[in-house]
Amino acid sequence: MSEQKKSPAEQEKIGVYVCHCGSNIAGTIDVQEVAEWIEGNPNVVVSRNYEFMCSSTGQELIENDIKEKGLTRIVVASCSPHMHEKTFREATERGGLNPFLYEMANIREHGSWATNDKQAATIKAKALVNAAVERVVHHAPLEKIPVEINPKTLIVGGGIAGITAALELAEAGHHVYLVEREGTIGGHMAQIDKTFPTLDCSACILTPKMVDVGQNDNITLLSYSEVESVDGYIGNFNITVRKKARCVIDELCTSCGICEEKCPIKVVDEDYGAGITYRKAIYRSFPQAVPGFPVLDKENCTYFQTGKCKVCEKVCPTEAIDYEQEDEWIKFDVGNIILATGYDLFDARKIPQYGYGRLANVFSSLEFERMVNASGPTGGHIVLRDGETEPEKIAIVHCVGSRDQNYNEYCSKVCCMYSLKFAHLVHEHLPGAEVYNYYIDMRTPGKGYEEFYHRLLNEGTHFIRGRVAEITDADRQPGEEGKLIVQAENTLLGLQQRNAVDMVILSAGMEARHDADEVSKLFKMGCDYDGFFNERHPKLAPVATMTDGVFIAGTCQGPKDIPETVAQGGAAASQVAKLINQGTVMMEPVRASIREDECSGCRICNNLCPYNAIEFDEEKEVSRVITALCQGCGTCVAACPSGVIDGAHFTNTQVLAELEGILWDVQSDVTAKQEVL
Amino acid sequence: MKYGYYPGCSMEKNARSYHDSTMAIAKSLGIEFVEVEDWNCCGATEYIAIEKIPAYALITRNLALAAEQNGSTNLVAPCSACYLNLKKADHYLTDDPKLKKKVDTALDAGGLNYQPGSVNVQHLLETIAIDIGYQAVEDQVKRPLYNLRVAPYYGCLVPRPAAMEQFDDPEHPVTMDKILKSLGATVIDYPLKAQCCGGHMTQISEDTALEMLRRLLKNAADYDADMIATLCPMCQLNLDAYQDAVNARFGTDYKIPVVYFTQLMGLAFGFPASELGFGKEIVSPSPALEKITVDPPKTPRARRRGKKSGLPTPTITEEG
Repeated sequence: MSEQKKSPAEQEKIGVYVCHCGSNIAGTIDVQEVAEWIEGNPNVVVSRNYEFMCSSTGQELIENDIKEKGLTRIVVASCSPHMHEKTFREATERGGLNPFLYEMANIREHGSWATNDKQAATIKAKALVNAAVERVVHHAPLEKIPVEINPKTLIVGGGIAGITAALELAEAGHHVYLVEREGTIGGHMAQIDKTFPTLDCSACILTPKMVDVGQNDNITLLSYSEVESVDGYIGNFNITVRKKARCVIDELCTSCGICEEKCPIKVVDEDYGAGITYRKAIYRSFPQAVPGFPVLDKENCTYFQTGKCKVCEKVCPTEAIDYEQEDEWIKFDVGNIILATGYDLFDARKIPQYGYGRLANVFSSLEFERMVNASGPTGGHIVLRDGETEPEKIAIVHCVGSRDQNYNEYCSKVCCMYSLKFAHLVHEHLPGAEVYNYYIDMRTPGKGYEEFYHRLLNEGTHFIRGRVAEITDADRQPGEEGKLIVQAENTLLGLQQRNAVDMVILSAGMEARHDADEVSKLFKMGCDYDGFFNERHPKLAPVATMTDGVFIAGTCQGPKDIPETVAQGGAAASQVAKLINQGTVMMEPVRASIREDECSGCRICNNLCPYNAIEFDEEKEVSRVITALCQGCGTCVAACPSGVIDGAHFTNTQVLAELEGILWDVQSDVTAKQEVL
Repeated sequence: MKYGYYPGCSMEKNARSYHDSTMAIAKSLGIEFVEVEDWNCCGATEYIAIEKIPAYALITRNLALAAEQNGSTNLVAPCSACYLNLKKADHYLTDDPKLKKKVDTALDAGGLNYQPGSVNVQHLLETIAIDIGYQAVEDQVKRPLYNLRVAPYYGCLVPRPAAMEQFDDPEHPVTMDKILKSLGATVIDYPLKAQCCGGHMTQISEDTALEMLRRLLKNAADYDADMIATLCPMCQLNLDAYQDAVNARFGTDYKIPVVYFTQLMGLAFGFPASELGFGKEIVSPSPALEKITVDPPKTPRARRRGKKSGLPTPTITEEG
């Protein structure tokens, strides 16, 4: 794939097509002027502007011009290559040219959408089109590389999104590795009491699915495990998973639970128990855990801290306790990856004026979920922190950490609905208790959601429109003693109000996982401004990412409720199933190659390659690119001191020509350029 | 370390004890304060509301003098209002070219000139907490204030200069809490720590002012505070001088001394009370100071394991 040098006499016949994109481009850029100006370039044979180049008529323009005018190169000035590069490459191919003899100029995202200044946008469009025209002359025909898809799939995260995706694929007959960081699958949904708006029991609808995962032969469940490394590319990922030592031998454990019962150490369960429940040092998060065997928490275990105790070992009837167990590293290959890593709850301690962590009877939403749950610390009774007193007045504060420039600017989407659910549960558990919901706007879009809001209005919940300023125990008036005082402006009345209540529930929003950035780097994809994983396209590719073969589902992409999360889990599974059924995908032929006869064998490139795609031929003393592994990143091309590595489709000649094109003074006549160059 | 020092009017009169104690502890902490020569009043809270341009010109004159005279770019103001005005002027001159032009003209008439941003205005609390650090403070403690229950009171101005970089949480500041803790004192979680004392409301609407002061005193008393530590001459004056008026109005019997945090630092550092301006208060701090013990308070023994009492409670870590 070495560069082909063109003699000046050997001219290409270029067709240029400037797209209006309705008014998206033509509203700002004078498309006709751009098309007419570039026609002055001696290599340009035909230059057109057209309303929608991506329409079938638009594509036919290209096909017909190739056939009728004998075009040898195509340039389309329109949107981002992410959008339509594939479309126009295919049109080029249908016209009878190699699809890589095409170049795209992005005058929409980089032009018309970036400014309202029509003159500036038109000048920039000319520069971008000129760059594409100069570049395309040096394009060489390339062939796509077929890659086989390994039919196995890695799913990271065993919440409802991961469970759904795993079951969909497994039931379709494909093997899945489901990796979960905690001791059990289930995720946040397992912590929740009831689901809105239908109020069906969260565990009742979740646990059958968890059991299915545990029993499905097509699913290898790796709980208490984390993905350590990911190599390779779509169809051929090499995965290493660290299976953390849980000090329990899976094969021997019968999940009888006696170790947990007899363990003398009690610690606060910060994960599943949301900090409001105790667990033992050897524990299962909940009785229906999948897998059913417990995890030993070394940091709190008396044996690991002092060398004495061993009660669990003594009581275990099957000798399944193994204190010497070590972390295990498991390696396997998959073709695709689905990330379903979920969310973290916003830590309400970050808003000190709300008193969470300072005032005992201020509860987080997850704490309340656990408390109101029949399997929770109080058996479902709503009580104050003393464990006994029933509150008579409860305030539920919406938008905690959400829709707030100091914390998270976005709306967390689920909090209005779950706050309504909380209000309902209070009415149900404590008839006669007064409930005050402090909201900014009530957001209830969804099937049956608005109806649920109406139901709560009729149940007698007090709705106060206003963001809470502070929650304090500093009483000021008679009647406030010993209470929590919620201070807020009732914006519908235009009044500052103080409300003395017994209990406050902070409806905290969803945040990206604290380690989302590290995880995104591990899987070579990106995070958005708020820290959530970035989808390939917000509307048309919501579960794909910029990395082929890596998909996302659920709240790792942004706040969403259970129905949406399940839908995304299914969508990601079907995207993967599509690739598995295809069997092979065609990969971009953008690859590096080394001109062996000129290679000095210095081996500088060998260690730089992030994909280990360069091998060294000891006999000939030259380096060689393994094409199947190369991802075309260009690191070796730039690093080679002899300049003998070519990056196909990104050769020096092509890139320099593009630069010359974009730097040309487009306000002068394009024909004059040929004389200068 | 060398710092520019802008005392402001109150430090010379009613808040003399703040000034004296600041100078005393500065020596221990290795701070050299260089007072801005020929400084003028910052205009307090009123002047900006009445005549904007002259008010900004007067404030900026101090910044210009500080920039001209001082080797250090840091200018420390112990008074809340002075701090806010100096910081605000610097900020708005950067933000508003029209204002800057007018202020420039005024300064120019006096042969002065000021480039916004060339002086870094700090409150004394910021200097001690952030620049000097809690450990350095703790290192100087010779007589810990064991068993003295202190309510840290920041007032409304220092923690929240609007739209500017803040050195502490505007709603729930903790820097003074940490300093007092490092002195060995028992610091109460004073909920009203960042609320307003009423400022000059005592001169405008006594009803409003006394109610605001009552809340602060009641809350400190509810938490069994032996004294209130403050960092603002206005807050000190209001809480101290009007305590009798509050008692008379509401039939209460508050006797809560109000002192500057620097006075408590000085005591802990081993200076005699007389060098720290003690004795100028209206509510005497002597009974409170007598509560200080040589031995640290006993820490309550951790609850016995396994014995459950209520639900686990979330906590805030020291750093949080």
